[in-house]
Amino acid sequence: MARVHLWASLRRFADGLDVVEVEAATVGQMFDALERAHPGLAPAINAGLSVAVDGEIIANNRAAPVAPNSEVYLLQRLKGG
Amino acid sequence: MARDEIKTGYKLIGTRPNRPDGLDKVTGRARYGADFSLPGMLWAAVVRSPHAHARIKKIDMSKAMALAGVKAVITRADLPTGLTGEDLNLQDNTLAGDKALYDGHAVAAVAATSALVAQDAARLIEVEYEILPHVIDVDAAMAPQAPVIREGVADYSVPEGMHPNVSRYIEFGHGDVEAGFAAADIVREQTYKTEATHQGYIEPHACVGQMGEDGRGEMWVCTQGHWYIRRMCASVLGIEAANLRVTPSEIGGGFGGKTTIFMEPLALALSKKAGGRPVKLVMTRSEVLRATGPTASASMDVKLGMTSDGTITAGQIYFRMQGGAFPGMSPIGEALPCAFACYDIPALRHEAVEVIANRPKAAAYRAPGSPMAAFAVESLVDEMCRELKLDPIEVRLKNGARNGSKSSYGPVYNVIGLQETLEAAKAHPNYQIPLGPNQGRGVASGFWFNHGGETSVSLAVGEDGTATVSVGTPDIGGSRASLALMVAECLGIAYENVRVNIVETGALGVNEPTHGSRATFASGKAAVAAARQAIAEMCRRAAADWGIDPEAVEWKDGAAHPAGPNAGKFPPMTIGEIGAKMGSTGGPISGHHEVTAEGVGASFGTHVVDVEVDPETGRTTVLRYLVVQDAGTAIHPAYVEGQYQGGAAQGIGWALNEEYVYGPDGRLQNAAFLDYRIPVASDLPMIDTVIVEVPNPGHPYGVRGVGETGITPPLPAIAAAVAGATGARIRSLPLSPPKVLAAIKDARKG
Amino acid sequence: MTKIHVTTTVNGDPVEFLADPRETLLDALRNHLDLTGTKEGCGTGDCGACSVTVDGTLVCSCLMLAAEADGKAVETIEGMAGEELHPLQRKFIEHAALQCGFCTPGILVAAKALLERNPDPTDTEIRFWLAGNLCRCTGYDKIIRAVQDAAAEMRGAA
Repeated sequence: MARVHLWASLRRFADGLDVVEVEAATVGQMFDALERAHPGLAPAINAGLSVAVDGEIIANNRAAPVAPNSEVYLLQRLKGG
Repeated sequence: MARDEIKTGYKLIGTRPNRPDGLDKVTGRARYGADFSLPGMLWAAVVRSPHAHARIKKIDMSKAMALAGVKAVITRADLPTGLTGEDLNLQDNTLAGDKALYDGHAVAAVAATSALVAQDAARLIEVEYEILPHVIDVDAAMAPQAPVIREGVADYSVPEGMHPNVSRYIEFGHGDVEAGFAAADIVREQTYKTEATHQGYIEPHACVGQMGEDGRGEMWVCTQGHWYIRRMCASVLGIEAANLRVTPSEIGGGFGGKTTIFMEPLALALSKKAGGRPVKLVMTRSEVLRATGPTASASMDVKLGMTSDGTITAGQIYFRMQGGAFPGMSPIGEALPCAFACYDIPALRHEAVEVIANRPKAAAYRAPGSPMAAFAVESLVDEMCRELKLDPIEVRLKNGARNGSKSSYGPVYNVIGLQETLEAAKAHPNYQIPLGPNQGRGVASGFWFNHGGETSVSLAVGEDGTATVSVGTPDIGGSRASLALMVAECLGIAYENVRVNIVETGALGVNEPTHGSRATFASGKAAVAAARQAIAEMCRRAAADWGIDPEAVEWKDGAAHPAGPNAGKFPPMTIGEIGAKMGSTGGPISGHHEVTAEGVGASFGTHVVDVEVDPETGRTTVLRYLVVQDAGTAIHPAYVEGQYQGGAAQGIGWALNEEYVYGPDGRLQNAAFLDYRIPVASDLPMIDTVIVEVPNPGHPYGVRGVGETGITPPLPAIAAAVAGATGARIRSLPLSPPKVLAAIKDARKG
Repeated sequence: MTKIHVTTTVNGDPVEFLADPRETLLDALRNHLDLTGTKEGCGTGDCGACSVTVDGTLVCSCLMLAAEADGKAVETIEGMAGEELHPLQRKFIEHAALQCGFCTPGILVAAKALLERNPDPTDTEIRFWLAGNLCRCTGYDKIIRAVQDAAAEMRGAA
């Protein structure tokens, strides 16, 4: 199970959990599993998120791989000027 | 595609050839937004609200319509209904609905046979307003008594009980912050404020739009991203994106402010209403300042714990930002992760709220959010260094992020160059120069994530062995040159034999704008991939000609060669020879690559500034300025230096002069370059640069974006230098002479 | 409104046009004469993007009425290069003294006017002469260096 770390202000949409464990082989599957487990996270996911998988930033790629023991951090969608 | 194993030995990368568009730009031939015209073209003018917050009760267009030469007038009633989310916000900003939400908000627009007739007609449009209470200041906008600007702006993230003007909320962190503060020798907490500033591009927004009654249209526009213009105009007007073809002009500066629409749909809607005649719409400077994207204003609390040897034990921030009358426009989501990005601190807590106010819809501005965050955090770091009599570079070296550090916002930094910039700054002669009376030195570091983004690039080999590259990222500061260098390096041909064109929306897949410091990184990465695809095809053509296996062909110095003695003995076949006969060897040879580019390399820089403050007037003179920044690999070093210098100059303006000044009536009082004073040539010294090169493993030539980080350190570095010169610490920008003078007097009383 | 018949010389060529009394010289150059190299950045004489010379005097063409150009000799960026670039133009390219390039025509026209008066300016003199020409991209560093290099070349050639 990949461990998905939620930022603090997301935790109230996930029963107060700071880490949610999900079964996922890709970033897209991770998002879908998160949303199934905690439907309250849907607005945040739909607003667009970037992630860090085992330290590496994935700005916007649902196909990026997630390993069974990956540590995933959710990030605000990153862009710039 | 990871970085090449070759680290050095480039033939072209790192050289400084003339930019290909230089000739057009020094002769006045380059066509910018307002330089384009079409037969039968009309001119447009926009009616704007003089009120910060007002209900629009009635718009009487009859006198304007009666004026000879007027061909079309539009109000919100001419735009489709039923939009939601950001599309609705864009439409609301393009033309006000029930309410005008800021001074300068567009209310109506007119097209006529000349610019003067259009302006006359705009003055004849009578708008009846009911003035409503307004709020400008970020902290006032969320105070209990603040007028509610718009209902329902809060998104999912806002906890219950906050003021209805609050639109977003973020909190994150790690470690035990209280334990960290308990372990510190000193814990300090301060509040910092920055005012809104404008990107200040010298070219006002301009476009020519044409749309027929069938909803098909064309647009020529100065923009950082023409696919964004296409998508946003299509949404606002209720047409299909494919029916709108958008061609970018040369762009006279953007800095983030030209990544969105402000008035472009008006030209199309007016054109449609005027029977499809093309319409030119050019903003005045006053319109640019009143109605296009300034950055957010910010109010920021910072708390830090430090041991007496300079180890930072914990940090906590609470940022409040307003991004105008529309939600989602302030950069809180960027400011928070940037705030401590330069440091490796065991315990951190970040919190931010966004609030709306009666100001124009904010847009991105160079490293959005990072300059404000740096002003707050780097200023407090500097205050604590001075209190503990510690060298500010040593403290940053001690606490600074390095390879493998876990960043303040989650990811682990792989290969970064912050420490290298600090070492280079420490070793630079500027850091050793003795200071005179009323002089001070400031140091600060800065960060930007950098961005990859959606990218589509095509490359075609010519019959003469040259290469034409089609990219979708407008050239805002020399990217044609950097892209041509990379492609020429890859193909092994002369720089002059690569032509880079910025092509329209019909010619490539969707490209994000030139934003996020991504043009040289992402278009470069895709262009190199496209060139390699073309090389593979050229090797196949040579192999077929030689009758050997394609794997037995290698490409070097612009030609196919048999790979080693076993492949056979054939003379090299040059790209010119392959191109000349490609029609008879299988047809045109091209390469194409499209990707949402990942693998960006984080960008860090360190600045050192010396100032002298006149104790009689409070005027600050920048004596010398040093920018040290990691470029990964500097493809065209002169344009890398240019980004460093330009970013520093904008940051210096933000620190010393620039601010949006509102009157009690909520009107912008300085909507002209005379009063919104950006740095002029006589304000600045030469800006010294050191390009650090710690190659980014995520790019074939090691590129990191270089465009944005440079605006970040000047805010705190200058405030620190002024504190050093005067003994007065000023925690709100700009450091205008009256404010500095008052602070000097207070410090003397102290 | 009755238009005014204006007869003038632009870059050595005789030209005539009809101007609305409210139109500026900048409007006339751009919209009547198709000389769009001169830019409008502010319309209030603060940015210098519209710099031209009129009878040898450097002016902001946005602050001068088109009708006032009658009988005068106007020089714009389009007249700066002959068959070869002016040394300032060449040095601006070589020194990467432009990024977006929008302020460049005005700065070149202003710098040329400076070097005609003062062929050997100090950095400070260049900075104060160009203080009316805003550039948002470069921080001015490379502009000052390009002007110095062009001035040195022009002195050497003289």
